[in-house]
Amino acid sequence: MKLPKQEKALSMYRSMQMIRKYEERIYYLFLEGAMPGSIHQSHGQEACAVGLLHDLKKGDYMASTHRPAGHDLAMGVSLKSMFSEMFGKKNGCCSGKGGAMHTGDIEVGAVPANAIVGGNIPIAVGMAMSCKMRNTDNVVISFFGDGATNEGSFHEGLNGAAIWDLPVVFVCENNQYGASTSIKASVKIDNLSDRAAAYGMPGVTVDGNDVLAVQKAAEAAIKRAREGKGPTFLELKTYRIAGHSRSDACAYRDDDEEKEWFSRDPINLFRNVLLESGIKESELDAIDTELDEEIEEAVEFARNSPDPLPEDALTDVYWKGAR
Amino acid sequence: MSVMSIVEALNTALVEEMRRDERVFCLGEDISDANGGYGGAWAVTRGLHDEFGAQRVLNTPISEILIAGASVGAAMAGMRPVADLQYGDFIFCMMDQLVNQAAKMCYMSGGKVHVPMVLRAPVGASTRGAQHAQSLEGFFTHVPGLKIVCPATAYDAKGLLKSAIRDDNPVIVFEHKLLYGGKRVERDALSTKGEVPEDDYTVPFGEAVVRREGSDITIVANLLMMYRALEAAEELEKQGISCEVIDPRTLVPFDYQTVINSLRKTKRLMIVHEDTYTNGWGAQLGSYIAEHEIYLLDAPIKRVATYDVPIPFAPVMENFVVPSVKRIIDEANQLMKA
Repeated sequence: MKLPKQEKALSMYRSMQMIRKYEERIYYLFLEGAMPGSIHQSHGQEACAVGLLHDLKKGDYMASTHRPAGHDLAMGVSLKSMFSEMFGKKNGCCSGKGGAMHTGDIEVGAVPANAIVGGNIPIAVGMAMSCKMRNTDNVVISFFGDGATNEGSFHEGLNGAAIWDLPVVFVCENNQYGASTSIKASVKIDNLSDRAAAYGMPGVTVDGNDVLAVQKAAEAAIKRAREGKGPTFLELKTYRIAGHSRSDACAYRDDDEEKEWFSRDPINLFRNVLLESGIKESELDAIDTELDEEIEEAVEFARNSPDPLPEDALTDVYWKGAR
Repeated sequence: MSVMSIVEALNTALVEEMRRDERVFCLGEDISDANGGYGGAWAVTRGLHDEFGAQRVLNTPISEILIAGASVGAAMAGMRPVADLQYGDFIFCMMDQLVNQAAKMCYMSGGKVHVPMVLRAPVGASTRGAQHAQSLEGFFTHVPGLKIVCPATAYDAKGLLKSAIRDDNPVIVFEHKLLYGGKRVERDALSTKGEVPEDDYTVPFGEAVVRREGSDITIVANLLMMYRALEAAEELEKQGISCEVIDPRTLVPFDYQTVINSLRKTKRLMIVHEDTYTNGWGAQLGSYIAEHEIYLLDAPIKRVATYDVPIPFAPVMENFVVPSVKRIIDEANQLMKA
C-alpha cells in the first residue's frame, strides 16, 4: 500500500496513538473509581476512526455511537473537554449532561454521540440532506457497529440515502460482537457489505485494522459522496481490545481468536509500516511521549475542573440560543 | 382577511414560511401532488410542489424512522424540516427518533445542538378503527424537550404552525381529522372555516384562549372536544348553567394561568379531551390545579375523556367511547350538583 506523505503519516499515527492512550488512561481512571458511569471503549479500532476521519474538511459531519471516543478525538474534540465530560464536569464537551456515550462537539462536526444502536443512521441521512440542499460538497460519516445492521433504522436510513443520492458514508465497524453475541449468530452472511447491493449502493469490506486500507476505501467513498454520486457502505472488520462495556470480561471470545486479532494490532501494524518506510523509531517515541504529557495535563485539568451546579440539570431542555 | 378552512390555513402557513425562509422544507409520505400524487393524505401540502419543487416537497418511502430521523439530522445541520404523518398513529414507528433523539439532543449536548423540526400528525376517531384514530397528545406531553401544539381553528392553524416552524425546538402539531375542512368528506366533520388574516402573524405558544365566557363551570377542551364543549355550553345556558370554555391551544407549554383566572370566577373545573382518560393531558391539568389552587374549587374536578379502550370501528361504539355533547352536558349537570 502506498504510504501517504511523511507529515500526514505521522499525523495519522499521532491521532491513532492519542485514541489508544486516551482509552488506556480512561480504563485506569475507572479502575481507580475516579469516574461515574460506564465505559464502552474503542481501543483496537483506532484505524477505523483515523482512516475515515483524518482528511475530512470544515463543514463535514460525523455521527458516532455509544463507543465514540476514537471518533471524537479523530475529529478534533479536545482531550480536555473529553476527559472533563467523563468526569461529569461543567466544562466537559457536553457540560456534564452527556457523559461517556454522548460525547461530541458540533464545532468540529462531531454531533452528540448516539447510544441507541442504529440511532444515528437516519439522522446522518438528514444531515447529508442538509449538506446537499445547502449546495455544499460536505459529507457525513455515520459510524455504527455490526449489531446495528439488524435495526430497522439501518434499513430505512440506507434506503433513503440511496434513493436521494445523498453524500453520506455508512461505516460499519464490525468488531464481531454485539455486546456478547457473535455476528455469526446474528446474520446469515459472511460480509455485511453484501447488504449494500439491496439498497443500490457500493458495498466494500475492508481490513479495519489496516489504517491505510481503511483510508483508501474512505477516500473513494468520500470522493463519490462529494461529487454527488451518493452513499457508500463500508464494512471495516476489526476487534475491540476491551469488553463491550466496563464490566465485560469477554468470556464469549476464545483465546485463539483474541490472540489472532491482537497479533494484528492496528497501531503496531502502522508503526511497523512507518519504520519500514524509514521513519526513525525515536521520532515515533517522541510523539508517544508528547501524547503522554498531553493526556496527563488533560486529566489534571479535568480533575480540577468545577462540577456543574445541581440546578444546571434544569437548563438546556429547550434551546436558548447559540453560546 | 380571507375565510378559509384549517387545511387551507395550514397550507398557507407552509407556503408563506417556505417563501420566507429557504431552510424550510416538507417531507413525508405522498406529500407531493406532482404526477398525480396526493399532495398529502389530507391535502395540506397540495400545490407546494409547483412552487417549491421536489427537493423541498420531498416524497419519502413509507419509512417513518427515516422521516423522523432525517428531520432530526437536517434540523441539527441547519435546515427547518416540516415532517408530515398521514395518521398520527404511525408516530409509534418513529418513537426512538422523537423521544430519544429529537427531544434529548439539545440537552445531551449541553445546549450546543438544537433541533428546529416540526412534525404534523392528524389525530382523532373517524370510523377507521383503532390504528387510524388515536389522540396522542397526552403521550407526548410526557417528553421533556418537545413542544405540543393542537390548533382547533383556521386562525390558530396558520399562526401556530408558523410559530412551530420558527421555534428552535422540536414541535409536534396535532391536527384533528374532523376539523380539517378539506374536500375529503368525513362523517361528523365540522366546518372550521374562519377568518384568517393575510398578513404574517404568529400565535405564541403557551397562551390559551377563552372561546366562550361563563360563570358556573370552566371547561378546558382541545381540538374537536373544544367544539363539543361549546355546543354543550350553548345547551347548558338554556338550562341555566353558564360555562366558560377555554382552548389551551398548546399543551406544552401549558397556560395554567388562564385556567386559574377562570376558576376564580367559576369555582368548578371540567376537562374534556379525546385522548383516553388515564394519564391523558387532563390528568396533568387536574393534578396541577389540585396541587396549587385546590381552595379555588367548590367541587371535585371532572374529567370527560375517551374511555380507556382502543378506538372501535362501528360508529355506534365509536360514538359511545368518545365524549359526546350529551355526555358533556350530563357531566356538567352532575358537577353543578356536587
